[in-house]
Amino acid sequence: MTDRQPVLEFQGVTKRFGPLTANDAISLSLHEGEILALLGENGAGKTTLMNILFGHYRADEGTVLVDGKELPPGSTQAAIQAGIGMVHQHFTLAENLTVLENITLGTESLFAWRQNQKAARAKLSAMIEDYGLVVDPDALVSSLSVGERQRVEILKALYRNARILILDEPTAVLTPQESENLFATLKAITQKGLAIIFISHKLHEILAISSRICVLRRGAIVGTIETAGARREQLAELMVGKAVSRPKLSALDKGGPVLEISGLTTPGTGATALKNVDLTLHAHEIVGIAGVAGNGQSTLADLLSGLTGQFDGGVRLNGKPLPAGNPRSVVAVGVGRIPEDRHARGIVGDMEIWENLISEDLRSPDVSSSGIVINGHKARQRAEQQIEEFDVRCNGPEAETKLLSGGNMQKLILARALSRFPSFILANQPVRGLDEGAIAYVQNRLLEARQRGAAILLISEDLDELMSLTDRIAVMFHGQLSTARPTGQQTISEIGLMMAGQSQTASMEGQSLDH
Amino acid sequence: MSDLFDILLTAGFWAATIRIVSPLIFGTLGELICERAGVLNLGIEGIMTVGAMSGWMWVYQGGDLWGGVLFAALMGSIFGLLHAIFTVHLGLSQHVTGIGITLFASALSYFVYRMLLPDATTPPKIVPFQAIEVPWLSELPLIGEAVFSQTAMTYLALLTVPVVWYVLFRTPLGLAVRMSGENPVAVEAQGINVLAVRTGAVMVGSAFMAVGGAFITMSWFDAFYFGMVNGRGWICVALVIFASWNPGRALIGALLFAGLEALQVRAQQSAGAFIPYQFFLMLPYVMSILAMIVMAKRTKYPQALLVPFRRGERV
Amino acid sequence: MIIERRESVSVWRAGLAPFWAVLASMVLCAFLINWAGASIPQAYGLLVKGAFGSSFAINETLTRSIPLILTGLAVSVAFRAKFYNIGGEGQLYAGALAATYFGTGLITMPSGLMIPFLVLMGALAGGALLLVPVLLKTHFKVDEVVTTLLLNFVVLLVVSYLIEGPWKDPMSLGWPQAASIIDEGVLPTLMAKGRLHFGLIIALILSVLIWLMMKYSVFGYEIRAVGLNANAAEFAGIKVNRTVIMTAMISGGLAGIAGVSETAGLKGYLTLDLSPGFGYTGIAVAMLAQLNPLAVIPSAIFLSAVYVGSDAMSRAVNIPTYIADVLVGVSVLAVLCSVMFSQYRVRWLR
Repeated sequence: MTDRQPVLEFQGVTKRFGPLTANDAISLSLHEGEILALLGENGAGKTTLMNILFGHYRADEGTVLVDGKELPPGSTQAAIQAGIGMVHQHFTLAENLTVLENITLGTESLFAWRQNQKAARAKLSAMIEDYGLVVDPDALVSSLSVGERQRVEILKALYRNARILILDEPTAVLTPQESENLFATLKAITQKGLAIIFISHKLHEILAISSRICVLRRGAIVGTIETAGARREQLAELMVGKAVSRPKLSALDKGGPVLEISGLTTPGTGATALKNVDLTLHAHEIVGIAGVAGNGQSTLADLLSGLTGQFDGGVRLNGKPLPAGNPRSVVAVGVGRIPEDRHARGIVGDMEIWENLISEDLRSPDVSSSGIVINGHKARQRAEQQIEEFDVRCNGPEAETKLLSGGNMQKLILARALSRFPSFILANQPVRGLDEGAIAYVQNRLLEARQRGAAILLISEDLDELMSLTDRIAVMFHGQLSTARPTGQQTISEIGLMMAGQSQTASMEGQSLDH
Repeated sequence: MSDLFDILLTAGFWAATIRIVSPLIFGTLGELICERAGVLNLGIEGIMTVGAMSGWMWVYQGGDLWGGVLFAALMGSIFGLLHAIFTVHLGLSQHVTGIGITLFASALSYFVYRMLLPDATTPPKIVPFQAIEVPWLSELPLIGEAVFSQTAMTYLALLTVPVVWYVLFRTPLGLAVRMSGENPVAVEAQGINVLAVRTGAVMVGSAFMAVGGAFITMSWFDAFYFGMVNGRGWICVALVIFASWNPGRALIGALLFAGLEALQVRAQQSAGAFIPYQFFLMLPYVMSILAMIVMAKRTKYPQALLVPFRRGERV
Repeated sequence: MIIERRESVSVWRAGLAPFWAVLASMVLCAFLINWAGASIPQAYGLLVKGAFGSSFAINETLTRSIPLILTGLAVSVAFRAKFYNIGGEGQLYAGALAATYFGTGLITMPSGLMIPFLVLMGALAGGALLLVPVLLKTHFKVDEVVTTLLLNFVVLLVVSYLIEGPWKDPMSLGWPQAASIIDEGVLPTLMAKGRLHFGLIIALILSVLIWLMMKYSVFGYEIRAVGLNANAAEFAGIKVNRTVIMTAMISGGLAGIAGVSETAGLKGYLTLDLSPGFGYTGIAVAMLAQLNPLAVIPSAIFLSAVYVGSDAMSRAVNIPTYIADVLVGVSVLAVLCSVMFSQYRVRWLR
């Protein structure tokens, strides 16, 4: 430890939510020019800690010091004035307003008679120049790419003269190459004397960028390590508590074709419209789709889920055309669906668990009489079996669904989707936001389905997940899907370049430019 | 058809249009301010009734006219505060709260009116705002009589449009209001209290609505009747959508409606023999629905409209 | 101040919420009574007596609860699907128009057929009126609150036109009212004395049917799922737009039946003061019942008692009758609040 005064110091910060202790006596310090990585699983307490720093929550115990002075709790204003800037995982930008408006909000007295746009523009231009964060001040945020939006977020913090910058999972939405650019920017920023806290659960990133790593587990700090001497395995074990190995594929001969997509094109011209997509999935096979969000994955997922039915080209399941545009029929012909957003689409939180378990086959004789009256007895019985089989931890089938943890909610969705032994499974970001235990559970279930002969389409932004869990990977960019190639024959870097829209040959040049 | 053109060329028609447009301007701008901050205020109908009653009553009890306007604004902002406590601070349904406010505010206005004037069989009258002829300008042909021979409250209404536009689009406060209606989390992240901004916007907007109501009893008519707001508040809500949340377009929309209403009064006189008057009275309501159909799909709603913001709630 | 969700909500806490709301409303109105110079216990005593003090009073209270049960049901069904139908007033008059059109001599059937026929026609008329806002919502994304509200004014003007013009009863001595419903169409009274009519039976049966539908049927499940999370409902294969449209038809139909019941049961003919805002009061009925179709019955009887009782009270101690409307308005707000506090708690932080 150095004897310089830390710019930021947490002293014994504790935060409880009811019976849950989200932060348990956390003490840590941050120095000028340093990038401190905060590593931990989902739910380890990273975000809670930052919310306390930023005044969104108040700590139950402990204090936060900036430059040795106590930060008044519960005040975002005070945090900003002390020089703390935060780049949230979910951007806090107003899409219908311009970049300049988003950045200048709150920088002038609210009761000034006019905005000093000229001065603001000049200051912003200078900063764009200084840090190389290129973005058009007058563009509407809705017209910006994800990478550009992140730049706006960073500029927003810097514009307010932040000296401590906090980035919460900043690479979750970026391609590997965009992440590299971000890292370069961050290093340039620290050279100007700023300190950075970098929150992530991706080990390789943290090893690449940070100078020190602080590992959180279940709300408590379990280790602080200098990055120079850190090993990946050591960090993984610290983070999870025990050596958890995620499941891996076993060799398996693929079967006949299950899902055949040919020449699939959807209306429109934007990045999310599908353009001549070809893909064939076989039994006993998991095919991954990589890509930055917003490149047509959702369009494909909606179509295969039966939500939309407007397209040209062919989609055949087991040799028959998919009954597109009708979720119930799609489910009936053997499609199991895991939606991208559990809360928004997967479940109705205010309904009971058994009610959520019957939502996809309401009119089947299993749960209702002649499709008119629900047979509550039968439905509850079936729900009990499924709860048992899929290990959903709850107070029985009549518990409220919204009270389930993320992992148990996902198990409920798995139970609904997999109980009917679908021949094709659409898994859209199936482990996003889950803890390690739940991730392993979900992935094992998918592998079991593969074993049994299902074809699985795995859409994910996490390349590590795709590399370890799929037989083949295809990349989606601007609505076009590359040929699915065997996973072992591609590197993360190659896939990353394709995610950024560079073709195979260009990818070689791109790589040489990077280094 | 030529009758129609004759009407359009009379100064009386235009003067009536400008008079009728005034409460619509206040009401529409008030609703617009609330919605720009992310809060739908369906209390508008009741708040306009409160303004109409309280402003009038102030004057009837011996107060002066501008005092009555201020009193109406104050009363409106109190009901706005109530709406804000429910929708902004407690995060309750904006639809149901607004309807509840309308029911409560209208009923309370009538109750208070009856309490203070238990025996009035014909509604008593006050001396309302008188027309002020603007020197020189009022002598212009047509426009002079139409625009520059109105009451002070009408001038105030017309002046309010650029002022609201300026505050919303050219001041830091306006930016904070608009941002609260687009992304409240972003506002909070910049150290501005979203709840305070929204509460303030709803209170100011409600004060505008109440002044719109007061115009009806203090500058247009001179007495308070039951049911005299008569759906004008709902028309203002439709006008805000028609105007895409833009004060300038709100003025244009309001003028169209006021023109239509002035026209129907005159058309009733000439065509009343053939077409029953009820169909003329229906026009503003039907037009409001049509206006919403035309604009609803095209326009960009404030993205956080109807979305409550709860600080520190765990998702 | 932080508002937190309670981990669990006991049945007691949830069930008591409307009673707190009623209590709060009565406390607030007590201030108004006090202002009017009357003694609060005396005034409320008169109110209870006016509503329940004699068999005649009870008869009146129940009679007045009929349209409130029906409009309350209309609101509770629609709000379950998050379809904010504030047009109960207009749909009620639409039902009354249908009853008048078919029931004043156009068709004559024996009573056993005529009454169900009029009820059906009224329901269809109410549903048809609501078809406009619901299609505008599902196909053009036009907010239904404003359109249903505006249509109330339009329908009233249509009624005004018809009863002053083509449908005006020549026997009415110049009063704007339509011809009387023919005898076969008139709902029979339930007691020898008083105005209580068969509409009550219809309203009670419909309450039970709607409750069964919401609780046990696939369609009821679909309505609830659409209201609670339309995206998840759509993902699961529920046709959201179709469900909302059908819900609206049921809602409009129920309000339309209220119009039939008032025309063919109570008044006997259509006038402009057929409904003193039953459509709007229905919102308060449904909110106090927490959208539960069975709870709509006591809720409607309670608010009906407030209206009937406050008439008696205001005659006796000189309080404006608008006190009843104030109480209805406050109870909508108070029940929103009390239901919320049964689910959330407030923690004060220094």
